[in-house]
Amino acid sequence: MRVIAWLVEGTWPACVDAVRAHAPDDAEVVLLHVSGPDVPAVAHGAFAGLLGRGHPAGHRPAGDWGSDPGDRLEALGGTSAAALLDAAAERLGRPCVREERSGRVEREVVAAAEGAELLVLARDGDRSRLGPKSLGPAVRFAVDHAPCPVLLVWPEPAPALGTIPPPPPHRH
Amino acid sequence: MLAWAVVRPFGWPEAVTAVPAAGIAVATGAISLDHARAEAERLGPVVGFLAAVLVLAHFCDVEGLFQACGAWTARWAGGRPVRLLTAVFALASAITAVLSLDATIVLLTPVVFATAARTGVRPKPHVYACTHLSNTASLLLPVSNLTNLLAFAASGLSFTRFAALMALPWLAAIGAEYLVFRRFFARDLAAAAPADRDTGEAPRLPLFALVTVGCTLAGFVVASAFGVEPAWVAAAGALVLAGRALARRKATPLSVVRAAAPAFLAFVLALGIVVRAVVDNGLADVLGHLVPSGTGLPALLGIAALAALLANLINNLPAVLVLLPLAAPVGPGAVLAVLLGVNIGPNLTYAGSLATLLWRRIVQQHEHDVDLGEFTRLGLLAVPSSLAVAVVALWGSLQVL
Repeated sequence: MRVIAWLVEGTWPACVDAVRAHAPDDAEVVLLHVSGPDVPAVAHGAFAGLLGRGHPAGHRPAGDWGSDPGDRLEALGGTSAAALLDAAAERLGRPCVREERSGRVEREVVAAAEGAELLVLARDGDRSRLGPKSLGPAVRFAVDHAPCPVLLVWPEPAPALGTIPPPPPHRH
Repeated sequence: MLAWAVVRPFGWPEAVTAVPAAGIAVATGAISLDHARAEAERLGPVVGFLAAVLVLAHFCDVEGLFQACGAWTARWAGGRPVRLLTAVFALASAITAVLSLDATIVLLTPVVFATAARTGVRPKPHVYACTHLSNTASLLLPVSNLTNLLAFAASGLSFTRFAALMALPWLAAIGAEYLVFRRFFARDLAAAAPADRDTGEAPRLPLFALVTVGCTLAGFVVASAFGVEPAWVAAAGALVLAGRALARRKATPLSVVRAAAPAFLAFVLALGIVVRAVVDNGLADVLGHLVPSGTGLPALLGIAALAALLANLINNLPAVLVLLPLAAPVGPGAVLAVLLGVNIGPNLTYAGSLATLLWRRIVQQHEHDVDLGEFTRLGLLAVPSSLAVAVVALWGSLQVL
């Protein structure tokens, strides 16, 4: 049995704990982290918007006015993803596979879940009340398109049932 | 020439065409030699000032100032995303105001990303804040943005008066951005990281760099009181930091020259002459009808909106050069309103202007790109609100001061 745990900054411990609680002992656990392109791309764009600075082609050492901060962000992103997976593997405390992907986050998750028996992920929306808004766009996409069973967890203790608004009045 | 500056075939510096273009403008009589000389004389101190600030920022980085800032914010925020955002806002606003927007984009953004990643916080709101603040927080001082330097030379204001008039708009615009960010990124900011991540060792205090920057800022105030060109003060500060780096063999004469970005300086000078030629040859008549006269609140709002629109279409450098000759006769209020527009406006597109954005989309330099819809939604919320409150604050400052 193959279990994929999709880990995101800030909410990943809940996913790891869910794997520990629910995955069978003989399951192959894959810890997945996906780096989105948009944060480095914003830095690339801001740099390109600096008109007239004569940015040379090719890489320049960090700190030089010609060094694109977006490149630096991409490199740092790789390091921090590895650090997150290390911390998660330590918390899991059993053998696992680490998988780093980059690209459109929600699509990479769905692609990684192909052939798996379980996808574990955490809600990433408004978590102050129960309801559909507790899923952000990425998790919504993954839940809707997952080609396997899904285990959806709350990163923190779930809100009380009372956070559900009362049903609308019955209409005749 | 603008097209070249955006497209930049073969990765050549923009100055490669800008300088010959300025030469042609003079040679063909599109601009009289007197006007060209006047423009060059006006821009000379601006270019010198710019070079000094770039050198200052570069050697602050060499001294470890930005690394130390990252470590301080990490310790203060302690893995709490909202606190980190507040710290990033304070830091990026201060660095943009004092060491220019180039420093925030090139030097601070990677540090902020690393800080967020190290403390387990989602980096997106913080990196977006850096890019937005590099524009919005560049209102305060003439050194914060090249557009300010150009306007400063044309407005006839003293350094302190410029800063005094812009202080309230600066704070108002940053405040508006902060509220928009808190709301827009509420979900990302609610994802609290596990608290046991290590926040790094206590950073070494880069005392020398801090003292030099502090003295340079104080020097600006003193110099403008005595009528001395503030560019000299900036040059002194830059020389102190560069000299120290040279003495400690952390820099070579070549790296000091590189830090001053000579190709950029040549580009600014040439762009000024070419734009002057275009304005002399009819653009002034066309835009003259569009620029509202008067310094009432509606006129200031109109000027700022026009400037923001133009900055988004072409880029804020040419936009400010086009609008300055038209706004300068109206008075300092109009010049500062132009600055609010051209500095805050570019946040609408993540690449500063439609021209750059379109070109980037065409060549697809990067395999993946920004979620354009999301960034534009953020810009549509942040730009009008921060621009409006900044103009009202400017109007208020003009009434009081």
